[in-house]
Amino acid sequence: MTARPTAADYLTQASLLRLLAVLALVVAPHLPRLPPWAALLVVVVLLWRAAAAVRLWPLPPQALKLAVATVAFAGIYAHFGRGSGQTAGTALLTVMIALKLTEMRARRDVMVVISLCYFLLLTHFLFSQEIWTVAYLLVCAVAITALLIESNHPGAALAPGITLRQGARMVAQALPLMAVLFVLFPRLPGPLWGLPSDAGAARSGLSDSMSPGDIAQLIQSDAVAFRVRFDDAPPPMAQRYWRGPVFWNFDGRRWGFSAQALAGGAHLGPVAAEFAGAPTRYELTLEPHRQRWLFALDLADPQALPAGATLTYDHQLFAARNVTDRLLYRAASYTQYRLQPELPERPRRIALTLPAQGSPRARALARSWREDGLADADVVGRALRMFREQSFYYTLKPPALGREAVDEFLFDTRRGFCEHYASSFTVLMRAAGIPARVVTGYQGGERNELGGYYVVRQSDAHAWSEVWLDGRGWVRVDPTAAVAPTRIEAGLGAALSAAEGLPGFLQARGSGSWRYALEARWDLVNARWNEWVLAYGPALQQEFLSRFGLADWQRMIAALTGAIMLILAALGAAMLRQSRPVRTHDRALRLWRRAARRLARQGWVQRASEGPQDFAERVARARPELGPAVRRLAQAYLRARYLEGSDPANEARLAEAARGRGRGAGRAWS
Amino acid sequence: MTTQLHQALTALEQIILGKPRQLRLALACLLARGHLLIEDVPGVGKTTLALALARVLGLRFQRVQFTSDLLPADILGVSIYEAATGGFRFHPGPIFAQLVLADEVNRASPKTQSALLEAMEERQVTAEGETRRLPEPFFVVATQNPAYQIGTFPLPESQLDRFLMRIALGYPPPEAEKSLLAERERRDLLNEVTPSLTPEQLVQLQARVKDVKTTPALLEYVLALVRHTRDHNGLRMGLSPRAGLAVRRAAQAWALLHGRGGVIPEDVQAVFPAVVNHRLLAASEREAGAPTAEEILDVVAIP
Repeated sequence: MTARPTAADYLTQASLLRLLAVLALVVAPHLPRLPPWAALLVVVVLLWRAAAAVRLWPLPPQALKLAVATVAFAGIYAHFGRGSGQTAGTALLTVMIALKLTEMRARRDVMVVISLCYFLLLTHFLFSQEIWTVAYLLVCAVAITALLIESNHPGAALAPGITLRQGARMVAQALPLMAVLFVLFPRLPGPLWGLPSDAGAARSGLSDSMSPGDIAQLIQSDAVAFRVRFDDAPPPMAQRYWRGPVFWNFDGRRWGFSAQALAGGAHLGPVAAEFAGAPTRYELTLEPHRQRWLFALDLADPQALPAGATLTYDHQLFAARNVTDRLLYRAASYTQYRLQPELPERPRRIALTLPAQGSPRARALARSWREDGLADADVVGRALRMFREQSFYYTLKPPALGREAVDEFLFDTRRGFCEHYASSFTVLMRAAGIPARVVTGYQGGERNELGGYYVVRQSDAHAWSEVWLDGRGWVRVDPTAAVAPTRIEAGLGAALSAAEGLPGFLQARGSGSWRYALEARWDLVNARWNEWVLAYGPALQQEFLSRFGLADWQRMIAALTGAIMLILAALGAAMLRQSRPVRTHDRALRLWRRAARRLARQGWVQRASEGPQDFAERVARARPELGPAVRRLAQAYLRARYLEGSDPANEARLAEAARGRGRGAGRAWS
Repeated sequence: MTTQLHQALTALEQIILGKPRQLRLALACLLARGHLLIEDVPGVGKTTLALALARVLGLRFQRVQFTSDLLPADILGVSIYEAATGGFRFHPGPIFAQLVLADEVNRASPKTQSALLEAMEERQVTAEGETRRLPEPFFVVATQNPAYQIGTFPLPESQLDRFLMRIALGYPPPEAEKSLLAERERRDLLNEVTPSLTPEQLVQLQARVKDVKTTPALLEYVLALVRHTRDHNGLRMGLSPRAGLAVRRAAQAWALLHGRGGVIPEDVQAVFPAVVNHRLLAASEREAGAPTAEEILDVVAIP
């Protein structure tokens, strides 16, 4: 039987309500991630517990608690199909903490809840590692620590001001340790908790196919796709084409990968490319998009690929596996190039394939150009002239297209976004017998003046075409540039009229406005955060630490231990310094201290708050043979320091006594 | 003259058994010209202590039992018309004694309490426009039942510091209690006690208290103690300068009582709890986190 808790084991109502408030603060970000019924359960239990504390309602009986806990567990298991993993585990933890409240009576239970709060706080990192999360976590840590201080305090509640201040101080003291652990704690390759594959599923980005309307939808998002820092001067905006997925297959509406090109990628291999001019070198931080492809400026130098990356037959850059974490890589590109001057029969055939039926008007148009006897390059020029000179419009809100998407667009609606132009242009080229394919990626990018880097957002997504011309290889042709040259030269915001209903973030993006400055600054902070904190994975850690000769794990752990010991030692020394007596010019005190040190060596330590006479009596009681000498010492000291004052005679007497010479008894201590 | 003090102490110890420390504190309080508050449950010998002090020191003694209907005039005195002289004559109240026992001071109304406390502070009484000095020495021993008893007016904190010391007697140790039961009635014993000191000698001793030496090193210690209370989170406010002075004076009296010409840190430690505990105001209502004087003594280093 455990002892019945006493009154001191209970928290006051005020403390209990504060505990609930802190718990609500810690749980809040998890609520949207829970199944709705679980979120409701958590909120209801929190509110009920607060009401129970105020109204002094009894806590529910054991059987009911057990039933609710079982049902909640089963519900979460049923909802997620498992009881562990990132979301299911967090949901389970959150719900169980809430249920713990229903049996929270005594101080002991409160300790459990507080420990769980710390743990729950940690789980937020499984979902987000942004700066905001860290700031929020620090705030929560201070609040929980304040609660811990409060509930450890015997008797009644301390004022929240006191505990919060103390909590903040303790969290601040922990920060250096946190920094050391961050730098030195061995990083495991791969996520520590084996994040399930649904993490970050909501990320937007280019996909592995393209239909009309896809990119127009994508540009509604101002999410960052990647950030680029050029080593030297960047190429002009009109040449900043970031190559992404290349599409060969067309089914009349949708562009997709060529099955052959992908499956045969291994044996087809990268193709010959000739480069001219100086390479552009850059460092690119790619936001995770859960796909394998990487982005590179047209055209990536095969000699300077990022580690582990490969080039495909159509010169796409592929990572070794899906990009699930922010990825930083270096690459080099040439803006003057000749790609695949010799086109073998098989890829030529694929690049000319059109669906067996459909697009009769486009085919007829292309045939008519051919019948005019134009060369390939002239056909390309003719097509672009058509886009430029006839009434084609570049718009975010094209009319819906029916079954014959290409024909309807080219001859009827004539309003479209980049994917309409790229798609129909490529179809026209293939119909005219010119090998062509669609390339998607990003175009442009906005310079962050503060950070000196470029931000490429989802709103910079773009689609263009490549045609293969004899002797020149694959040549990039951007039909959008013919329709709306400003899109390529100045960006999307400039190319669309205000009546288009531009996404809000694009409307306000004029440099010079305060909002722009604020956004640029915030993006810079985020970029630094990514660069310095989040990108600090196993590879970067090894690279960073090897600069200090800490290349292997053993040394890393030794350094970690050493650094923590050093911090603790420094703290200890600081505390010791505080408790050490200050240097003094008081001769009597100096003599006394010297004698006290000698006594301390024999195990007789004077407590700081112990008077000399009490100390002498304590020693004398335990060691009667020391008694006379110690008493004489204490008396001499008291006389010199308190009873009469420090005159030479008293000091001499004290010095004599401090030597510990008993009357004819030899030295009592030395 | 300190031999007489020791005689007095010995005599007191014959009557109040097993409480040498409290007796010394009471005597030191008296020497320091301070007033004493004894706070304890009924029946532990508060009144006997006051009576014994008066007897041993040869002081004129008056006892006032405080009740809720006690009026200030009942303590201070009142002018009564006398037909024989055709005028008013002042009849001094019980306060005009050398040792006044204010029994259960928290039972009286605040008005009456403050009349007593003012007289204690001023050492004079002003009634009907005339100021009369109280006798020398003048010493008030007030007793108070702990505040949870019903029907009391606990002394406000601001008035508590009119008392130099507050002590509690507590139950006697088992051996002492046994003799208490076996021997004669204490009050009877009192009648046989002869004074060890004359009031004049007491006044002289009181005058000597302020001459007991306090070196700068000692004052540093008192300051450290006082400052510690001012920085403490658990206290609403620290000790006032008046409290610091009280600690010094009480420690001087304690040193004199022990035959020392100067105050040593142990003297300060001996009187500190009695002088300070009733002056420490907890920051929170329920006194959580407020240190006791003993805890303060434990953590403050002697400089």
